[in-house]
Amino acid sequence: MMLALEMFRSLPRHAAGRVVGGRMPGVLSGFAAPLRLMTIDEPRVDRPGWARLRTRLSGICGSDLGALSGRTSLYFSAVVSMPFVPGHEVVAELVDDCEDLPAGTRVVVDPVLTCAARGVDPCEACAMGATNRCSRITVGHLAPGLQTGFCKDTGGGWGQQLAAHRSQLHVVPEGYSDEQAILIEPVACAVHTALAARVGENDRVLVSGAGSVGLFTTLALRNLTPAGEITVVAKHAHQRELALELGATEVVAPGEVLRRVRRTTGAFQVKPEFGSPYLLGGVDVAIDAVGSKQSLETALHATRAGARVVLSGMPAGADLSAAWFRELEVVGSYASAQREPRAGDRSAFDLATELVAADPVVRLAKTVASYPLHRWREALDHAHSAGRLGTVKVAFDPRSSR
Amino acid sequence: MSRPGFVLEVDDRTPPLVVHEGQGFRLEEFPLGTRVIYPPESVPTVPDVEAAIREALLNPVDSEPLPALLRPGMRLTIAFDDLSLPLPSMRKPDIRQRIIEQVLTLAAEAGVDDVELIAANALHRRMTDAELKHIVGERVFRSFHPQGLLTNHDAEDHDNLLHVGLTDKGEDVEINRRAAESDLLVYVNVNLVSMDGGHKSVPIGLASYKSLRHHHNARTMVRSHSFMDHKASHLHHSAWRMGRLLKDHLKVFQIETTLDNNVFPSPYDFLMKREWEWSVKDQASMLAARRGLAMAPRRLRHKMFHDIRSPYGLTGINAGDTEAVHERTLAAVHQQQLVEVQGQSDVLVMGVPYLGPYNVNSTMNPILATCVGLGYLFNSYLGQPVVRRGGAVILYHPLNEGFNQLHHPSYVDFYEEVLAESTDPVVVGEKYEEQFAHDPWYIHLYRTSHAYHGVHPFYMWYWAAHAMDHVDEVIWVGGDRRVASRLGFRAATTLADALEMASGTVGSSPSITYLHNPPHLLADVRGGD
Repeated sequence: MMLALEMFRSLPRHAAGRVVGGRMPGVLSGFAAPLRLMTIDEPRVDRPGWARLRTRLSGICGSDLGALSGRTSLYFSAVVSMPFVPGHEVVAELVDDCEDLPAGTRVVVDPVLTCAARGVDPCEACAMGATNRCSRITVGHLAPGLQTGFCKDTGGGWGQQLAAHRSQLHVVPEGYSDEQAILIEPVACAVHTALAARVGENDRVLVSGAGSVGLFTTLALRNLTPAGEITVVAKHAHQRELALELGATEVVAPGEVLRRVRRTTGAFQVKPEFGSPYLLGGVDVAIDAVGSKQSLETALHATRAGARVVLSGMPAGADLSAAWFRELEVVGSYASAQREPRAGDRSAFDLATELVAADPVVRLAKTVASYPLHRWREALDHAHSAGRLGTVKVAFDPRSSR
Repeated sequence: MSRPGFVLEVDDRTPPLVVHEGQGFRLEEFPLGTRVIYPPESVPTVPDVEAAIREALLNPVDSEPLPALLRPGMRLTIAFDDLSLPLPSMRKPDIRQRIIEQVLTLAAEAGVDDVELIAANALHRRMTDAELKHIVGERVFRSFHPQGLLTNHDAEDHDNLLHVGLTDKGEDVEINRRAAESDLLVYVNVNLVSMDGGHKSVPIGLASYKSLRHHHNARTMVRSHSFMDHKASHLHHSAWRMGRLLKDHLKVFQIETTLDNNVFPSPYDFLMKREWEWSVKDQASMLAARRGLAMAPRRLRHKMFHDIRSPYGLTGINAGDTEAVHERTLAAVHQQQLVEVQGQSDVLVMGVPYLGPYNVNSTMNPILATCVGLGYLFNSYLGQPVVRRGGAVILYHPLNEGFNQLHHPSYVDFYEEVLAESTDPVVVGEKYEEQFAHDPWYIHLYRTSHAYHGVHPFYMWYWAAHAMDHVDEVIWVGGDRRVASRLGFRAATTLADALEMASGTVGSSPSITYLHNPPHLLADVRGGD
């Protein structure tokens, strides 16, 4: 038996979270979250290539908070299986030998549950290495679940143990702290985003948002693409400093972004009736790294005609008029792929593992705030207010009892 | 008989003194020993303005009479100062209207058909039709404006600019093509302060950025000691070189006017009087104004001040050759504004009023407030600055009026982006000036809306460069702390606090001079640095 946080189906809590969770996260972590601390059986998948892992650290991601607050679109309800143990940013150690990896090996988990993990023949996407686009995520010998942390059979990082397939495991290099390793998964997503943005030589890039997604995307853009000026939209002082350290050319407040982009690109600005202004002209690539309506519209409104907007945060409903009128190329970026064709077919995780060795990331890793499972309400409160509290990543340490 | 300006030394009988601070004023008790420089009272004015204008046109200085310069078939252009002069705007009829009407009458008598009028607004905002009408009058406006013969100068209309040549220092002289290709250019000036007029009229008022950048830059401005003395101002030296080059290509008939110090109409006329001489009526007006301003919402306060139209009187008018005319103009301005001051002080105190040249019918944003305080008021001297090098300047203004998006769009970016990086005029100029000057959006707004040119906030900052270089401390009494900090200055709640803050620079018993302005004054500082 093990201790784990379990997300369960509760219509009243889902509705309460949807109504007030976004504005009053305290309510969410108080009584309205469809989450409970349980003693449950360890997850076990008795199939070749699977092994048990003991969680060392598991991050709280924006998508986890979105699911808990009911803000996630019901679109995803078909690709999860309740109840499940959340937590897809995981650094763990193997309890069992797993093919070439001996027990005790420290690993991070690529959470996407691909054809290989499900024991089915590779779909077209998996065959190409675009594992994040797997079209078999509801079939095979596992319950539906787009990722570890959303599937009832595998468990997740918010429990003391979980199960993972060899294809999901990446060994943590010697010398990396757990806090550093926990950043590999979100950095891998950022790597995928940066590559999906198809940034051209000296392109101007706007990153809307300076939470972990925005900051790591900035890091990946600067290191893996020929981007010119990278403008990051940040609310808080520590985010501004980190964005500059990670490669931003300039950092602007949300209220200044349109004006700043207009000036640096020489765009024209117009203001519709009863609406916020937008640009005719703007950056070559904009990345929404928040997923809010405001952030997405900022990206749409600050991008030049014919250019590209990348959805990196889980998207919210927004006015897409600009996408039509300005012929914008709207590109989704979900998780990461085992083969990234724009990076010589290397795995996003391999690239991310290299990037987290950078000094600014090492310093950032030292600020990871970890909580034991029984203090989950505090942890969620902290994660909801991470930007304001000067934290980039909040995580659970299921080994800890204090 | 008007009394000259003088320097008062504050003693225990001195009442609290008026200090302007944006859309309001306060009565301030200055430390004993403070020197207060009062402007002269208004000098006698011209009794018959129409006759004086006619006399100037018919008997000009170093020039043939205007009628002799007019002939059928010629191209005549009349350029005139824009709404940045005078301050506040003049009560109708504006002196420019009266002059232009007489020039047009003479032109009509001479059979001149090809006449155009151009407001010499350089990179200032285009004036609205109502503002143009206020300056030239209803009759001239209706006769010329509908036909497109009365226009604002457009410094970005490259088809209608003419590069006349280079000065011996390599400065581009590029001005309005219509003016440059005219057989005669009549320039109608209002000389509010000694900085105005002379070769600052045509080579600057009708110029393009390409030409203006040679003298409107930090390096030139910081060496202009002061702007109010064209012989000691590098800015004016450049303008004079340009004017002399233009003179070889273009016949300019310069008409300059000078005004008295009758700035505030009733019931605000107590602001022009010396406080200890306030009558009961003046005191009642002062109390009513203070109470009214305290209670009025910001919008009403703005209207109360910006609706003021000054009952200026004409103290002189001269026409003819630019330089000869300007010498006479300066003599008249000095007669009205000059006050002799012995030596410099450690601290200079100035109240920044609600109005400067660039916020007529608009808002005094923090950059304009800096320009008025550290640019115009600080430079109101001849010889030496009123404050010693390394001294402190204390300014009064709340710095809270925000930005007018219609008139000052590039100021917002300058404030938010440029000043956030550096407040050094040289540094910001080198890095950002060209970007702002060539920004197509600002150019579009300048040409089609009523926006100051994109580069204009840089010029405002350059105006303050000499003061920033000269003093070690600038403190805004009553100023918003965050705004003052963004400007690179400090804010204090009271004068006592400001003096305390400045004590690290000037000691605990500094000599203090308060410039009691407006009305305008020009301190003739003897001795010092």
